[in-house]
Amino acid sequence: MIKILDARKKQMYEKGKGDFDLACEKTSLAGSVSQRACVFCGSRVVLYPVADALHLIHGPVGCAAYTWDIRGSLSSGPELHRLSFSTDLREQEVIYGGEKKLYAALTELIAAYKPKAAFVYATCIIGLIGDDVQAVCAKVQTESGIPVIPVHSEGFRGSKKDGYKAACEALFRLIGKDEITPVPKQSINILGDFNLAGETWIIKEYYRQMGVEVVSCITGDGRVDEISRSHHASLNVVQCSGSMTHLAKMMEDTYGIPFKRVSYFGIEDTADALYTVARYFDDPLLLRNTEELVRTEVDRIYPEVQRYRTFLENKKAAIYVGGAFKAFSLVKALRHLGIQTAIVGSQTGNREDYEYLKEICDEGTIIVDDTNPLELSKFMLEKDVDLLIGGVKERPIAYKLGVAFCDHNHERKLALAGFEGMLNFCQEVYSSIMSPVWQFSPARINSNLHSKWHRGSKDEAPEAYNQYVEDHPQAGTRDAANEGDMMNANWNKHIIDKEIEGERNERNNKTAVC
Amino acid sequence: MLLRHTPQELAERTALTVNPAKTCQPLGAMYAALGIHNCLPHSHGSQGCCAYHRSALTRHYKDPIMATTSSFTEGASVFGGQANLVESINNIFTIYGPDIIAVHTTCLSEVIGDDLKQIINKAIADGKVPEGKRVIHTNTPSFKGSHVTGFANMTQSMVQYLSENTDRKLNLINIIPGFVEPSDMTEIKRIVSEMGIKSIMFPDTSGVVNSPLDGKFHMYPKGGTPITDIISAGNNRFTLALGRIASLPAAQLLDTKCKVPYKLVDLPIGLRATDTLIDTLRKIAGVSVPESLMAERGQLVDVITDNSQYFYRKKVALVGDPDHLVSVTQFLADLGMNILLIVTGTPAGPKFERRIREFTGDNVVVKCGLGADLFQFHQFIKQEKPDLIFGNTYAKYIARDEDIPLIRMGFPIYDRVGHQYFPIVGYCGALRLIEKILTALLDRQDRDAPEESFELVM
Repeated sequence: MIKILDARKKQMYEKGKGDFDLACEKTSLAGSVSQRACVFCGSRVVLYPVADALHLIHGPVGCAAYTWDIRGSLSSGPELHRLSFSTDLREQEVIYGGEKKLYAALTELIAAYKPKAAFVYATCIIGLIGDDVQAVCAKVQTESGIPVIPVHSEGFRGSKKDGYKAACEALFRLIGKDEITPVPKQSINILGDFNLAGETWIIKEYYRQMGVEVVSCITGDGRVDEISRSHHASLNVVQCSGSMTHLAKMMEDTYGIPFKRVSYFGIEDTADALYTVARYFDDPLLLRNTEELVRTEVDRIYPEVQRYRTFLENKKAAIYVGGAFKAFSLVKALRHLGIQTAIVGSQTGNREDYEYLKEICDEGTIIVDDTNPLELSKFMLEKDVDLLIGGVKERPIAYKLGVAFCDHNHERKLALAGFEGMLNFCQEVYSSIMSPVWQFSPARINSNLHSKWHRGSKDEAPEAYNQYVEDHPQAGTRDAANEGDMMNANWNKHIIDKEIEGERNERNNKTAVC
Repeated sequence: MLLRHTPQELAERTALTVNPAKTCQPLGAMYAALGIHNCLPHSHGSQGCCAYHRSALTRHYKDPIMATTSSFTEGASVFGGQANLVESINNIFTIYGPDIIAVHTTCLSEVIGDDLKQIINKAIADGKVPEGKRVIHTNTPSFKGSHVTGFANMTQSMVQYLSENTDRKLNLINIIPGFVEPSDMTEIKRIVSEMGIKSIMFPDTSGVVNSPLDGKFHMYPKGGTPITDIISAGNNRFTLALGRIASLPAAQLLDTKCKVPYKLVDLPIGLRATDTLIDTLRKIAGVSVPESLMAERGQLVDVITDNSQYFYRKKVALVGDPDHLVSVTQFLADLGMNILLIVTGTPAGPKFERRIREFTGDNVVVKCGLGADLFQFHQFIKQEKPDLIFGNTYAKYIARDEDIPLIRMGFPIYDRVGHQYFPIVGYCGALRLIEKILTALLDRQDRDAPEESFELVM
């Protein structure tokens, strides 16, 4: 039996049981196997996709090594961001200071790569040894003529969220540098999309079809020049609110640009996002274009989503992601597939976020803040989930428990944003849940072999089976039902794929005729 | 091309590392600590360090990697991390119930100057460490050494804290395997037991980071060296340390602390290094080499001979960790390959370079420590155009840009499986390396051959 530490109990809540008073935005308990990261990690992931900037990590080599090209933020042009630059501080510099080395590194790099701007990340020990990063950056900026921006991302200064804030402040220093390039009135900035698997491109294309100019993407497929003139846009459209709301607020205060929070994940949320922008500009043509776009896209994908639903109905999912905003969209998107969210949690959600989560979730859903693998696996077993949505550290845990998995973090391989992304998401969830490999997982009763071998005698197998079913009445029935399901599903998969393919062709033909 | 940013001319760099060929010490310490049974590695520093190391190891092994963190805050960085560590120890034993906590420091706690020994003693004095449980620590400042030295330090600390000589001589030998894969550790154990020698191995990550899927989540998988084995290592007859950088410090300490004599040999990768291991074992234990191992060796020699024409004078460049590089270089030189370049980010010292030159002669370029990174490696490759590259996953950018086949070896490997389960040590491991090299070279030959000379039999 897995115990829950008293100090952690306040950070979980089961809907329907007792008053809602979830503690969050706390530092992790010392000594926990937290899935959280640090300030540096937060700034690095936000700034990373700015592809024509130099990203120099000032500190010992580790921080640079672990963040070297691990985030699939695609660039349509330069790829300077995919290299790893570190001052690789050694003992001597830790004692005598690393400013000289930083200066030399910056000048050499700027001379060699001619970047449009440079970000200098100060890691943990820079804060301690007291390097004046600000001064070095200012000096190099004057000499080189490009913006050289310090990012105060010492790991101990807080959580990943504080890192987002540091990144926003760094970005804000770029904004407003370009006053000359004209920007049309009907224009926006996309904030908080990082172009994982090309998602920014999908969204940008929607706006293009609607007739809205995108001035800059901050920071997916980001460019320094675009960010420099982003203050001329009329509206900031903010996704992943956790990371970018701070920047949007700063831009509102300084340049008077209003912002809207949106999400591009799932059918309703994507449609909502596009309509929000269209309504803001209050242009009949724009609104018509948007309606047209949403209708076509929804018509295109909805039948396919429904088809997936027939297979996924009544499955149960656990969600554990970085930001709570992503969790909202996931709960809704899963509902489209008939999948019930049994557990939902985030690393950095705040009170408001969790209140909202509680509202949209069903009775009995467990809500957790800053969980750890032990708790997560306990809840997953208790709730007997079929799917976990999470990041790199959660994946093997799910698999060990015989649970399907969908990466909704750095390692996503398919774009999950927009209407197109919803289909990809369905496909990914479907192919993971329906995979025939789960029949071999000893967590499923239909992999009866394991218990037979385990007990050493074939004859004991039926008893072992009966015992198991007796001990786990729910799991037993569900898994027994799955046994047939699994086989059929396996067999059906090809048919379904074919059918979907067929319908798609038919529709394409139709449009062609029209 | 991704790395088109790499210019061909060698530019002088004074102050930076581009695309590192190493990572920091704590990762190695965490990996070593996972090689103790029922052990929870603990990172004394900011949360990010622990998250990064766990992510890196999870990507490499595709298995859950458990470790805890002191979760430093601004306050801890000013007033010291004592409170955090004492609280951590208390929480860990209460909730996760390991038998042992292996603490490693980070650059942050090193610069603050936390005295871990004293903090652990305080935790024990305060009754935070339950009866029979242990807490050990090692110092792994990130601004020194590399992940390999971190592994060495943690292994040495195991001896420092745990091993005892109680004057009860045991008829076992200690094996310190070095920073190798769990599959390699299993293979080394198999060779030793094949020779009829009783041994213990520490650390031993086999069964921990390549654990089977049994439908449950195990905080502590079945593998790992039992603590009692590490304690009684002080009573054992002899220590065999594999690899100078990763294993020597622990072996030396076991000698000075518990009077267990040691012998240092190279990692048993390739024919001659495996010969040395087996011959050393034979002498120490006074046994003869069994027929089964002779047969394995014979097969290896057979395959090498059969295919020698494909290896001869092929140009190779290698990037990796020093202990691996020494053995692999010897093996490749024995195959008749022409070794052009060796790069490791680990500061391995002049001994390393001398050792490499013993096998290759003076024409090889050896770069280690500061400034030895994949950027430099790439520049060199642009100039010399080798036929084959050995390196970790990050070398794949170079392999793609320069269109040269890559054999994955070392840490990290994020994009292929196999290293967790198939060894490269021993005769069988050497055979696997041969297979990899041949496949890489012959696939390339097949791909590039004009139709008329596209061969069926090779």
